[in-house]
Amino acid sequence: MDLAAYLPVALMFILGVVFAAAAMLISWRIAPNNPSPEKLAPYECGIVPLQEPVERFPVKFYLVAMLFVIFDVEIIFLFAWAVRMDEFGWAGIASVGLFMLLLIETLGYVWKRGALDWNVASRARYRRVVAPEPEIEEAA
Amino acid sequence: MEDFIVAAVKTVIAFALLFTVVLLLVWIERRIVAFMQNRLGPTRAGPLGILQTLADGMKLLFKESMTPDRVEVWLYLAAPIMALVPAVLIFLVVPIGAPITIGGTEYTLQVTDLNVGVLYVLAMSSMAVYAIALAGWSSGSKYPLLGSVRSAAQMISYEAAMGLALVPVIMFNGTTSLAGIVEAQGATYFGFLPAWNIVLLPSFVVFVIAMFAETNRAPFDLVEAEQEIVGGFHTEYSGFRFALFFLAEYINLFNMSALTVVFFLGGWQGPVFGPTVLQWILPVIYFFAKTFAIVFLFIWVRGTLPRMRYDQLMGFGWKRLIPVSLAWIILAMIAVGIRRFGLPWA
Repeated sequence: MDLAAYLPVALMFILGVVFAAAAMLISWRIAPNNPSPEKLAPYECGIVPLQEPVERFPVKFYLVAMLFVIFDVEIIFLFAWAVRMDEFGWAGIASVGLFMLLLIETLGYVWKRGALDWNVASRARYRRVVAPEPEIEEAA
Repeated sequence: MEDFIVAAVKTVIAFALLFTVVLLLVWIERRIVAFMQNRLGPTRAGPLGILQTLADGMKLLFKESMTPDRVEVWLYLAAPIMALVPAVLIFLVVPIGAPITIGGTEYTLQVTDLNVGVLYVLAMSSMAVYAIALAGWSSGSKYPLLGSVRSAAQMISYEAAMGLALVPVIMFNGTTSLAGIVEAQGATYFGFLPAWNIVLLPSFVVFVIAMFAETNRAPFDLVEAEQEIVGGFHTEYSGFRFALFFLAEYINLFNMSALTVVFFLGGWQGPVFGPTVLQWILPVIYFFAKTFAIVFLFIWVRGTLPRMRYDQLMGFGWKRLIPVSLAWIILAMIAVGIRRFGLPWA
């Protein structure tokens, strides 16, 4: 492992942090600072905020994060195989193909369960409970 | 010691180059969008208004940076730094020209050639999510929070698609080093068609679409949907703290264009001729010409397409891009397999 290749990464990291911090510091020194209670209130289009800002947000966002972890780990595995693809031949392609079919099946399951539906009206549960489709009456 | 000096000089040059490019980029974008909308755009500062961005930056430096009383101060101050740092770090692995030889020593026109370049790029672009999530959360105000949660979900969704789009590229070129990927695209088909990775067309399309979402650009700029969430995650930021987010956004725009060129359009590859100096300069010119062509695409799309709705955005990412890239990986895998190892039963 060649750690010397990571030296510029460390240097650039320091350079970036120092630049950003210094710019903020300089701006803080030379810019005017006249705080007032109205100015320091959270932004709310001109009225006094009525609600606490940190509220609960929809669980779907957590769900997306979890799905992302699954797919990102898959990508790491695929990268590792793709670099050395020639060494594994058809056996490798078959194994990776099986692995990918399992993931496609996962995606299909999640999709079918409605985890990917962000439009409330198109969710299966909404259609079942809130707005069931009208039953067609059969002709007598 | 000499290695250290070379590394330090390259890093500083890369840093300066990025900021120069960004100053130009903001001006180019404002001018081109203005022309698309039948306006002139900035024309006063410097010739043709080219110094407008510098003037805006100086102005922001002298403007008051308020710290609203509901914020978590340390995270609030750290977020702009965390936005800028990953943006400048990505550029380190981008090769901007062919290696040049001076006095028997070969210098690569790339700050560092990491053998895990592609993973490094994906890792750094994930880090940008932290800045946005923390900026929104630490602001202690509802619009930044909504904007940041939205933006985080959007960025990680499209990042999955972006990573999947790169798998066929790596299969094709057999390396994750960016210099190696560009090197592998140097060959030609039939003696004249350049063997760029753009032949992996579905990958290219998915990558470009995901790139728009990753950089929070139109038509995926829901982070800053003014009608719904004011300024999004940077609503409570002012003065130079806001300028740092703005800089990071444009550095990312340039980085992503450069990466598209490296992965799919042959990087600095192009016909080289003439004396040695011309042979050094031409690849750099090719690289920047291709990169600015992609930048123009970004601006063109911004001037053309309306913003998507959030459920359309997430639906498009998960139900279209990811299945398409998965199917394309399987197809590419079988095609590359047949080409390299023959038919499985033969």
